[in-house]
Amino acid sequence: MSRPRPEPVQVVKQRRDTALAALLQGIPYARFLNITFDRRGDELTAVLNFQDMLIGNPTLPAIHGGVTAAFLEVASIVTLSWSYLWPDIESGELDLSALTPATMPRLPKTIGITVDYLRSGLPRDAYARATITRSGRRYASVQAESWQDNRDRPFAQATGRFLMPQPKRAQNG
Amino acid sequence: MPTNAEMAQKFITALPHARELGMTLTELGDGYAEMALPYDARLVGDPATGVIHGGAVSTVMDTCCGTAVMSHPDARGVTATIDLRIDYMRAATPGQTVVARATCVHITRNVAFVTATAVDDDTDSPVARASGSFTVGANA
Repeated sequence: MSRPRPEPVQVVKQRRDTALAALLQGIPYARFLNITFDRRGDELTAVLNFQDMLIGNPTLPAIHGGVTAAFLEVASIVTLSWSYLWPDIESGELDLSALTPATMPRLPKTIGITVDYLRSGLPRDAYARATITRSGRRYASVQAESWQDNRDRPFAQATGRFLMPQPKRAQNG
Repeated sequence: MPTNAEMAQKFITALPHARELGMTLTELGDGYAEMALPYDARLVGDPATGVIHGGAVSTVMDTCCGTAVMSHPDARGVTATIDLRIDYMRAATPGQTVVARATCVHITRNVAFVTATAVDDDTDSPVARASGSFTVGANA
């Protein structure tokens, strides 16, 4: 028995990047804050592209604490959703050609988030990665960390609690 | 000499991100603040429902809590968030203004403790609640 031939690299990349773009399309608020994602395989890094309107305290100046919280929440939701959709993206179960924000699977809902502010956010790009600590059928728990110049010096960390989207039940049970 | 409440009002309305969101301070007392976030399509988290993203609610909560700290008679200047926990109880109704109310429940030489709730037009049912701690003095 021979192994199936691996897919061409551009096919794999296009499928994954299309799925990620569709996921982000569904979050206008992420566009407003100009949050983008770098992808390496299934690993995501959220990027908060700096703009002046993100400033909270203009005398320091520092990124608004609410923006930092929102950034960590977006990073957590997208990472959680991404890992939840990944098997369907890879198997082709999710029809990417027909994907619109309206047909995109629903996002997890945030139950709550706790943010620790470790140092002030400087007026430049910020990065975040989220780790899913527990993902069940209904509830998930995610930790996220955000840094700027130095990966070992995070300026904020968060733990979020989420309600997972419920799969649509087949008709007639 | 301006009171802490007057200083808080002046400071809050100067925050670039607060201005971008059109947030306004609707009430201010000693250690109390009320702030409004008008509905805006740019803040939507889910286009299928038009519900604003939790992050936008976090922002009005954080700003409102910080303002409550700064307006407390024992506060010393600007504050920064140490930690903030937010629970989202229900989706804010699309099209409606979200109003946050924050109270500084205790303040020490170094730390202020704050709780807040947010509602929309249905003021009996909270959209979110928050609790956090904030710095007192010690920062620029």
